[in-house]
Amino acid sequence: MLEKDLKQSLAQEYKYGFITDIASDELPAGLNEEIIRIISSKKNEPEFMLAWRLKAYAKWCKMSPPTWAKLKYNKINYQDIIYYAAPKTGKNQPKTLDEVDPKLIETYKKLGIPLREHAKLAGIAVDAIFDSVSVATTFKEKLQESGVIFCPFSEAVQKYPELIQKYLGTVVPYNDNFFAALNSAVFSDGSFVYIPKSVRCPMELSTYFRINAAKTGQFERTLIIADENSHVSYLEGCTAPMRDENQLHAAVVELIALDHAEIKYSTVQNWYPGDEKGKGGIYNFVTKRGECRGTHAKISWTQVETGSAITWKYPSTILRGDNSSSEFYSVALSNNMQQADTGTKMIHIGKNTKSVVISKGIAAGMGQNTYRGLIKVLSSADNARNYTQCDSLMLGDKCGAHTFPKISVKNKTATVEHEASVTKISEDQLFYCRQRNIKKDDAVTMIVNGFCRSVFQQLPMEFAVEAYKLIGVSLEKINNSSG
Amino acid sequence: MLKIRNLHATIDKKEILRGINLDINAGSIHAIMGPNGSGKSTLANILVGKENIGNISGTVEYLGKDLLKMLPEERANLGLFLAFQYPTEIAGINNMFFLKTAFNNLRKQQGLNELDALDFMALVKAKSKIVEIDEEFLKRPVNFGFSGGEKKRNEILQMLVLDPTLVILDEPDSGLDIDALQIVAKGINALRSPNKSIILITHYQRLLDYVVPDYIHILYEGKIVKSGGKELALELEQKGYGWIEG
Ligand SMILES: Nc1ncnc2c1ncn2[C@@H]1O[C@H](COP(=O)(O)OP(=O)(O)OP(=O)(O)O)[C@@H](O)[C@H]1O
Ligand SMILES: [Mg+2]
Repeated sequence: MLEKDLKQSLAQEYKYGFITDIASDELPAGLNEEIIRIISSKKNEPEFMLAWRLKAYAKWCKMSPPTWAKLKYNKINYQDIIYYAAPKTGKNQPKTLDEVDPKLIETYKKLGIPLREHAKLAGIAVDAIFDSVSVATTFKEKLQESGVIFCPFSEAVQKYPELIQKYLGTVVPYNDNFFAALNSAVFSDGSFVYIPKSVRCPMELSTYFRINAAKTGQFERTLIIADENSHVSYLEGCTAPMRDENQLHAAVVELIALDHAEIKYSTVQNWYPGDEKGKGGIYNFVTKRGECRGTHAKISWTQVETGSAITWKYPSTILRGDNSSSEFYSVALSNNMQQADTGTKMIHIGKNTKSVVISKGIAAGMGQNTYRGLIKVLSSADNARNYTQCDSLMLGDKCGAHTFPKISVKNKTATVEHEASVTKISEDQLFYCRQRNIKKDDAVTMIVNGFCRSVFQQLPMEFAVEAYKLIGVSLEKINNSSG
Repeated sequence: MLKIRNLHATIDKKEILRGINLDINAGSIHAIMGPNGSGKSTLANILVGKENIGNISGTVEYLGKDLLKMLPEERANLGLFLAFQYPTEIAGINNMFFLKTAFNNLRKQQGLNELDALDFMALVKAKSKIVEIDEEFLKRPVNFGFSGGEKKRNEILQMLVLDPTLVILDEPDSGLDIDALQIVAKGINALRSPNKSIILITHYQRLLDYVVPDYIHILYEGKIVKSGGKELALELEQKGYGWIEG
């Protein structure tokens, strides 16, 4: 079935590039304290939130963007960006799906994400974020029965301020880095998840992010808390229209896993990558971090990164609790003029902590693909173990694959293993396939899929299908561009 | 079935093939022998359409069509199969999946239904038995980490599954132990039929004891210098290539 889907998708361009014609409630471009106050008041936020935002803003003003990544891009003018855009669907947020603008429902339908609860994704609860705000969350009632909270961040601030105050910024502090500080100051919405003690979330949770309005930045914030002995699997997908200008996406994700809790976080990132010449596309500067705060806690990251012009992203885990563990599985593809600088950090603090890193980078066209990783074992982390495998696949001669693995070990009982490989698809391999009646494009797709398989296997079924399709579409462009 | 006329190939100003003429009729087995570097693999590669083998002139007609004008996959599609002297390893593609894709591509182009997983599995199992390939090999990546002999047997398995019309076997016997040699021979003989032809490239008489050719050609410095029946191989084995030069 996968193969069939792939075939179909090979005939497709970036199909999410349409623009929804919907009236938008926007603030003027530019950033200052006033804008932040307006965002906060639009959200009707309690005082502590505004104070936190302003603190972040003050810090951000003194910071400068990081320059250590292997990325080249034009300087971003932060005063040109619109920091808040919301579809105009009445003054207040819609309470039920029936109040959601049909155009929005239509948009998500085009994206293949049905918001109607009886639709085909049955079994997956969806939070849909359009530009700066959440427009619909499905399956709310059903989740509530088991005590799971899954709602827009702005709603959580109203309904569960004590949880927000207790956990917000405890994994990614407001001053963590330039983009996290910016996000902390201006974030407009996102998803909030709380899984109570000993609850296994009855369905997959999923957030779909859609940038629509022109010249806007998207700054969402996700906070997931898995209380003791609970379990949740969370998926994140994203798309954007094809526009000639670059758009900034600077999200923050914080995960907190308490004793014996498990969080599985999967991303299929398909923002618009720009055209073959490098015009347009999303600048994706994202801070994702989880903390295994309790003993035996577990956090798994799986990411498929295909669609940004620039990717700057290092989903990381702080292994604080004894016996806690974490995994990072990643496929990052850069084609045409795309640049990806991505990887992970595993910070071992607790005893007997374990981490596994499997990174697959694919570079094609003029694409530049960088793996950047840090394995840090603190002196307290007796018997910490890490295994890292970092593979690169290069298609063509004009692309680049780079790896910067950093290892810092302060405890003698730790075991850290690192393996790396670089592969090129050879003419001989392609010829062998062609002699067996398999076309070059199909051969490339097969080889790349094989290369990615160990990561895709980690994704929930629907997303695995999506991931194979995505790679197929991206490869279609490779084959066209390399002739 | 196959008509080669005055085929020349020049790589880097060096003339590798210097006017090959060869006719192959349906149902026959032709062995090609010749010293290292005489151009045997080059000839095989040209027939299946490998790119960048220098300047090629002359004509090759296969089933009435101009072979040299076709893409490699088009040739494969018309039942032309090469068992490579050095089969390529492809990490990442599962052997079974590879074979199924190749097989179903053929079916599609012949206007037939694709075989589903079960039927295909049954077919592969039957063919694997002939060449005594263990199922474990089907689960591994194509040729990846296979021993020399295992690679050769895998080529024969592919041949049997794809059931080609004209097969070129480039030294299917090199590096094989005695048992494997007999297994490979069994596989080749299983394909023999009145409407299929085989070009068998080899250095040794030994294989020809098991797969008896109708004709033997000796390729020497890019030319067929001698053709004859199967007795030619014996003569060659006794006298060596000095006999040709002399
Ligand atoms: N791409 C190439 N560039 C330069 N020379 C080449 C190339 N391919 C083949 N040759 C030369 O052409 C000649 C014939 O090679 P070929 O592989 O056809 O020989 P062969 O008869 O198959 O030998 P063997 O019995 O060792 O397999 C050799 O001298 C080889 O070095
Ligand atoms: Mg040879």
